[in-house]
Amino acid sequence: MFFTSEEFLSEFGHALSTAFWMIFGIAAIFIVYLVFSWLFSFLYGLYTKGKEAKGYGSLKTVTFGDESAVTANRVASVLGVLTIFFLWGLATESKLLPFSLPGPFTGDAQFEYTAKNAAGETDKGTVTFRVSKQGSDVEKLEAPATSEGFAKDDVVMMSERRSKIVKAQNNDEGGKEAGYTITEINGQPVKADSVIQVDGGEVLFTKRGSFSIRPGEGMTMEALFLPPPEKVWSTFIQLHNEGYQGISLWENVFWSLSRVFIGFALGCLFGIPLGYAMGLTGWLRGWFDPIVEFMRPVPPLALIPLIIIWFGIGEQGKISLLFLAALWIMTIASRSGVSGVNISKVHAAYSLGASKTQILTRVIIPNSLPDIFTGARVAMGVCWGTVVAAELVAAEKGVGKMIIAASKFQLTDIVIVGIIIIGIIGFGIEVLMRILEKRLIPWKGRG
Amino acid sequence: MSGLVMDDVSMTFELPDGGKVEALKNINLNIKEGELISVLGPSGCGKTTLLNISAGFLAQTEGVITLNGDMVTGPSAERGMVFQKGALFEWMSVRKNVSFGPELKGMAKGEMTEKVDHLLDIVGLQDFKEKAIYELSGGMQQRVALARCLANEPDVILMDEPLGALDALTREKMQGLVLKLWKETGKTIILITHSVEEALLLGERLVVMAPRPGRIHKEYNLPFAEKGVGQDLREVKKDPKFGKTRDEILTMIWDMEEEIMGKTDNAA
Repeated sequence: MFFTSEEFLSEFGHALSTAFWMIFGIAAIFIVYLVFSWLFSFLYGLYTKGKEAKGYGSLKTVTFGDESAVTANRVASVLGVLTIFFLWGLATESKLLPFSLPGPFTGDAQFEYTAKNAAGETDKGTVTFRVSKQGSDVEKLEAPATSEGFAKDDVVMMSERRSKIVKAQNNDEGGKEAGYTITEINGQPVKADSVIQVDGGEVLFTKRGSFSIRPGEGMTMEALFLPPPEKVWSTFIQLHNEGYQGISLWENVFWSLSRVFIGFALGCLFGIPLGYAMGLTGWLRGWFDPIVEFMRPVPPLALIPLIIIWFGIGEQGKISLLFLAALWIMTIASRSGVSGVNISKVHAAYSLGASKTQILTRVIIPNSLPDIFTGARVAMGVCWGTVVAAELVAAEKGVGKMIIAASKFQLTDIVIVGIIIIGIIGFGIEVLMRILEKRLIPWKGRG
Repeated sequence: MSGLVMDDVSMTFELPDGGKVEALKNINLNIKEGELISVLGPSGCGKTTLLNISAGFLAQTEGVITLNGDMVTGPSAERGMVFQKGALFEWMSVRKNVSFGPELKGMAKGEMTEKVDHLLDIVGLQDFKEKAIYELSGGMQQRVALARCLANEPDVILMDEPLGALDALTREKMQGLVLKLWKETGKTIILITHSVEEALLLGERLVVMAPRPGRIHKEYNLPFAEKGVGQDLREVKKDPKFGKTRDEILTMIWDMEEEIMGKTDNAA
């Protein structure tokens, strides 16, 4: 069996140890965020002292454990979001903040090395390196003046956060002869793979006798991994004005949304009647039960490969996938809506003279609307998640396609704009459904 | 023959484990038009089964039920139901609930509005007619249920514990309302209840049922309903005969319960 093989044990052991170390990383992030939370909570407490609300809730003495006494503090929500932007700016040297975490080293620095030639004499040389921001125009360092002794000085031009390998003995007299070795950096003895901290970074002395200079990285994140907030905003404006790869941002959004709505509508068109049929006749419930119960737990994403094989990467494939994502949810929701009807209501309607059709249209359908709406909310959420994933795999247009295309060129800012738009639209769908629910079925949960 | 007649009605069904349940055995009841009959009994005596058979929701296994000479085989608008709770349509306003039956019959709009207004006046909900059901209290909801049933002008009204879910004070008020509606409309009413007092106050005739098998144990003809119309029901309860009958029936039901549950030691 696979789990007895040594390879498996080492791989799985590695996975477990990764997870273990992640605990500390995640805890560190939470702790930093919670320290801010605590700080603001303290300040907010000082600010509101003496002006507490005088409502009924304020008279409760038992609040810990009383769920109804806990409501989200909206000031905390706003500060929590602002803190995320603050930390984001802090970690990316944002221009929006007057300060930031120490950034990567730029400027000039140097270190000294000691070399021993074949004859056994020693001499010292200097390596000067100039680190500049990527893409910026910086004056080149002048070639060093010739110095006495056999070890000649070197100059290196570098970009921030990027290492560079320098073979210092290349220009030294006799540097290519066997027996020429470098023994010290800044007075510290070195051997292969030693790492020496120097001004402006660190130097790795490689096995082949060269210096791998790594300028100091500071504590901020490189824009490649996380661009600062203002960069993301300007990318958003740029996408809004010009689009990406010839497709406007809103066209991408439109395509994703329209797929969701079409797939969802198809799912409702078939799922709701199917649910009613399953709720109303024992035969059809038995007939469809195995399929529904089997398909329900299959994540729609697992169907993507099959859908692509069957329908290709065009619209039909994506709409079919979303149809399947919505279908089972809507079927189950309407089935439980039918099953949930209080038998007294049906009996009452019959003894008021209703026919079977009237029972269906005037009792069962309105009675199932709350369940159907709950199902619709879930289905819309699932469809939105599925459409983005489907577009990541294969699409011509769509938000998911935009971010996957951008990621191939490491355009992290576009990826982040895409993620934020996906999040906002997903949230917007949820809010919209809640508003509709309140307006259309005010009796929900009060039967 | 007019009125609701039950002729030797029995209901026996099999349990999944092969056992047999005699829910009802040889029930004979002759309910005259305009009569208010209350049915009382310990739980499991089959009184709700009897009502469901009368409504046409269940089929008896033996015997015949007729209403004004026609056999009862399924639910129909001649036999209206009032349930304990949960039978109103939350998605409709009070007015829409009450007009549900007439609307199904295709009654003209003007006539329907008039009728609904009249009934809501009687049950005292005129000011609430555009309200949603969930905005009403339990007592108000039951008044809507009564009005909805009456709007359909059934020959018989079957009431399954209609006041059972109400608090004690509301319940007393509603008992007066049931009597008033009965007197004003002259409907035949069968009322199932757990409360001995309610059965005595409202029933012209009272049927006490016994369990295993479900059967009629004893019948009383009572004067209290007639007396109670338009009167404070608390006065009716002061009648010495009322107290005597109540104690007699309570003892009777108590004995039946003990037979089922085994003796409980109250002395402890």
